[in-house]
Amino acid sequence: MAETIVSSRTYIVVWLTLMALSALTAGLSWINLGIWSGFVAFAIASMKMLLVALFFMHLRYTHQKMVWVIALVGFFWLSLLLSLSATDYVTRNFLPVPGK
Amino acid sequence: MWVFLVTEIMFFGGLFTAYMVYRISYPSAFDQGSIHMDFWAGTINLVVLLCSSLTMALAVHAAQMGERKKIVVMLIGTLVLGTAFLVIKGYEYHEHWVDHNVPGDALFGIDPGTGQQIYQDPRHTELFFLMYFIMTAVHALHMVIGIGLVSFIAIESWRGRYTRYYHNPVENVGLYWHFVDIIWIWLYPLLYLISHHHATG
Repeated sequence: MAETIVSSRTYIVVWLTLMALSALTAGLSWINLGIWSGFVAFAIASMKMLLVALFFMHLRYTHQKMVWVIALVGFFWLSLLLSLSATDYVTRNFLPVPGK
Repeated sequence: MWVFLVTEIMFFGGLFTAYMVYRISYPSAFDQGSIHMDFWAGTINLVVLLCSSLTMALAVHAAQMGERKKIVVMLIGTLVLGTAFLVIKGYEYHEHWVDHNVPGDALFGIDPGTGQQIYQDPRHTELFFLMYFIMTAVHALHMVIGIGLVSFIAIESWRGRYTRYYHNPVENVGLYWHFVDIIWIWLYPLLYLISHHHATG
């Protein structure tokens, strides 16, 4: 199996981007964005996760489709776990319950 | 290795879900706990881990190129940064201990200076710190295991065990190391950031 060798320059550029995103999210945490603080922090964390997975973990360069399948299955089940739990707990007080 | 990492995603996923459910259930008690996090310790640790991921990626790169000395140097860099992370984490744990922020402490939430209870809902802020300690301790345990694995492959590479044609162990330990880094990428906003603006006004 031939593997793609990524140049060290790519790793350094990815790392610089990760550092910049970290500085951005740390800086933004000093500002009150209301309910958006969470969204912004999680969006930046997602970008960082993608950068690490795609470049440092070589997901972008893999020749084996199975690796993609396994990685996506992991994310799929995790998102089911989080989103289905959230549908319960987030919506609990949306509607008044008679007699409660 | 990826299959193993998916089991790890589910393992940490359970903890993240528990944290989410409690955070939704007791938002203000969790806010109050979260603002007592040491923002700088968490941020420095994020930087330390991201740097260690870079050295790890460069170690894998050196293994692919078959450069024996460079693998060892990069792995030693990773070890130094990983250890620095644990030292900072240990310092943070000590701070929580001094400040009565360790769950189970009979004086939980009592300010050591004034003797006053600082939390409005100490029992649920205790829950925040319980989640914090479980999640960061499990993460730290993964770091300790990672340091063991990196030490092992550092010794093996020094002995010239890995070549351009055979370096799977280096690649796999790299995957594990980056995964542990991703966990911190998520713990950092969840524990340190999302209530931080309350602390700064």
